[in-house]
Amino acid sequence: MAGIRLIARLDIKGPNLIKGIQLEGLRVIGDPKEYAKRYYEQGADELVYMDTVASLYGRNNLHEIVRQAAHDIFVPMTVGGGLRSVEDVQEILRAGADKVAINTAAVAHPELIARIANDFGSQCMVLSIEAKAQSDGSWEVYTDNGRERTGMDAISWAKKGQELGAGEILVTSVDREGTRKGYDVNLVRSVSTSVSIPVIASGGMGRVEDVVPVVETGKADAVAMADILHYDRCTISDIRDVATKAGIPTRVLV
Amino acid sequence: MSPHVAIVDYGIGNLFSVQRSFEEAGAQVLVTSDKDEILDAPRLVLPGVGAFANGMKGLRDKGLDKVIISFIETGRPFLGICLGMQMLASRSEEFGTHEGLGVIPGVVKAIPSCSPEGDRHKIPHIGWTSIFNPGHKGRWKGTILQDTTESDAVYLVHSFAMYPEEDSHRLADCDYNGVSISAAVSVDNVYGTQFHPEKSGEVGLTMIRTFLSI
Repeated sequence: MAGIRLIARLDIKGPNLIKGIQLEGLRVIGDPKEYAKRYYEQGADELVYMDTVASLYGRNNLHEIVRQAAHDIFVPMTVGGGLRSVEDVQEILRAGADKVAINTAAVAHPELIARIANDFGSQCMVLSIEAKAQSDGSWEVYTDNGRERTGMDAISWAKKGQELGAGEILVTSVDREGTRKGYDVNLVRSVSTSVSIPVIASGGMGRVEDVVPVVETGKADAVAMADILHYDRCTISDIRDVATKAGIPTRVLV
Repeated sequence: MSPHVAIVDYGIGNLFSVQRSFEEAGAQVLVTSDKDEILDAPRLVLPGVGAFANGMKGLRDKGLDKVIISFIETGRPFLGICLGMQMLASRSEEFGTHEGLGVIPGVVKAIPSCSPEGDRHKIPHIGWTSIFNPGHKGRWKGTILQDTTESDAVYLVHSFAMYPEEDSHRLADCDYNGVSISAAVSVDNVYGTQFHPEKSGEVGLTMIRTFLSI
């Protein structure tokens, strides 16, 4: 088994790190720069930045935040929210991002996935899927930070994204996001076993122990967490310890 | 002040992170595509992500493939990162066969999609992986890894890997579900890392400091 990655997710609105519940009711947490530094020092394997209101305004505003982070942080950074074109991607990569997460624009124009993969490599193109459970046991894809329905099935969309050249999938459970009820393990498992590219699970981490089922049963290749870190309810090393005790390999930290 | 290291800018990838990591390690950095500036540099770094053919085309279009070979012939330290490492090989089989710089005899091939036991694993291989010395004890001495400890973890993201012809060119290996991957290669003054030292936290910064001191 390969090591799983522990990823700190920072949702941003304007200049602030924020946190919502089910991607709504956003509360200000603080200065993203301080939190990013803290997570880097705690041993975060990667950082994910999401501009939560970018789709509303039609552009990503994270350039300055990303540029500052790239100055002091030497682990990979994925940036998403409001990126709509190859030019937008180019610009955010220049600011210091390593990968981009695309949701709304990919749903509107699936060929954008192929264009980004062609121009910057698949390793750069993360398909972000916001999924909401349906009464028939399937999951529907949502866009615009969980605000808009699409009528699309999340699992078919994940497969399609892989075909088009996505190198990774970030799957966020809209139902669990910010609720501290644990990951939607069934959702993660359905996505992860339907594709051959790595899958990052996001949304719902409430206790340190939640990392175990989402990896063992959910087959997540990486786990993203926000709330549990932002409110200082645990550190990334606490999560690493629990994973290690459960026999889940993570990065060896000196 | 004259630079300690030049980073080749050939229109591929995010150079800012590479530049920042070398600055963090204390270097004066020059990012350039100028032939003379490259040839005058005391050390040279060739970064790169994406497809092999795009990378080689980027170098050839600017005439930098020959410049890099000339630099390497000076005997000064050279580091290729990720695609910059793979382009040191004789050729690549990524989307057709493409000729590389030919500095390290070997081929770039897709990572097998299964473990030796036949279990499928995810491609690209993304994540932090411990590196090991595949050679004789003391192989890392005097190299960019001399201050690195075996089992230190580095960050990799790749679907293709280099398979050097000579075992002696393998500086560090790592394991992906039982598949052995050439994580770093070296011959004389030339180093290549499949992993990203600029994204490998303190472990990576240590290697960069070592590269700047050799």
